Amino acid sequence: MPVDCVQEGRALTIQVSGEVDHHAARAIMEEVSRQLDAALPRNLTMDLSGVTFMDSSGIALVLRAYQHMGRLQGSMTVTHVPDQAMKVLKAAGIDHLIPME
Amino acid sequence: MKPINEVKMTFPSRSANEGFARTAAACFAAQLDPTLDEVNDIKTAVSEAVTNCIVHAYPDALGTVTMRMRLFGDNTLEIVVHDNGVGIADIEQARTPLYTTGGTDRSGMGFTIMESFMDSVKVRSRLGKGTTVVLRRRISRRAQG
Repeated sequence: MPVDCVQEGRALTIQVSGEVDHHAARAIMEEVSRQLDAALPRNLTMDLSGVTFMDSSGIALVLRAYQHMGRLQGSMTVTHVPDQAMKVLKAAGIDHLIPME
Repeated sequence: MKPINEVKMTFPSRSANEGFARTAAACFAAQLDPTLDEVNDIKTAVSEAVTNCIVHAYPDALGTVTMRMRLFGDNTLEIVVHDNGVGIADIEQARTPLYTTGGTDRSGMGFTIMESFMDSVKVRSRLGKGTTVVLRRRISRRAQG
């Protein structure tokens, strides 16, 4: 599973890796959702350093995690975004909605 | 204008073929000596076009996706992604950012990504007959080093 989690107190880091396309996205989304429900974090860091390709399926992945954190009244940051994935997320204006590093 | 090279391939609308299609496009485009950014743009746009066939054109059954790629002498790459699926009732609506009939798994940004990453995106569709998406991108000529 291309999803790895590290929890420190109420902070959860989720590392996503591999190709985030429609083929892979549903399993990744379900795993992220399961991890958020299990950890109930106050702060989520989504680390995309291991992502080798992302299309608009990745936009849905990030947005769903953001909405999930909204329901948990927590915050979310996206970090280590590779250039190709950043271009996709920026084309959708996600950088205006969610802090990206 | 006559193409200087051409490839045509067909594959079933299985999601595993999304990765195959975009990688094939990247390999074909390599003849034009594109930059990494240009290759990534082409891969991303092809991924969107092929995913549309898999998610929307054939929602309940497997169908055939045809991809034709052509290179022209002016360094233009043309990629035509065609399906014989359900068709799009309102193309303008389908191209609207955030519009999707694909549920919460989909962002509704597929056509927007294609439009931002390619020089031109043309869509033809007939209900019950299928959809054709024509992507074009001119690859910059780089100084020979």
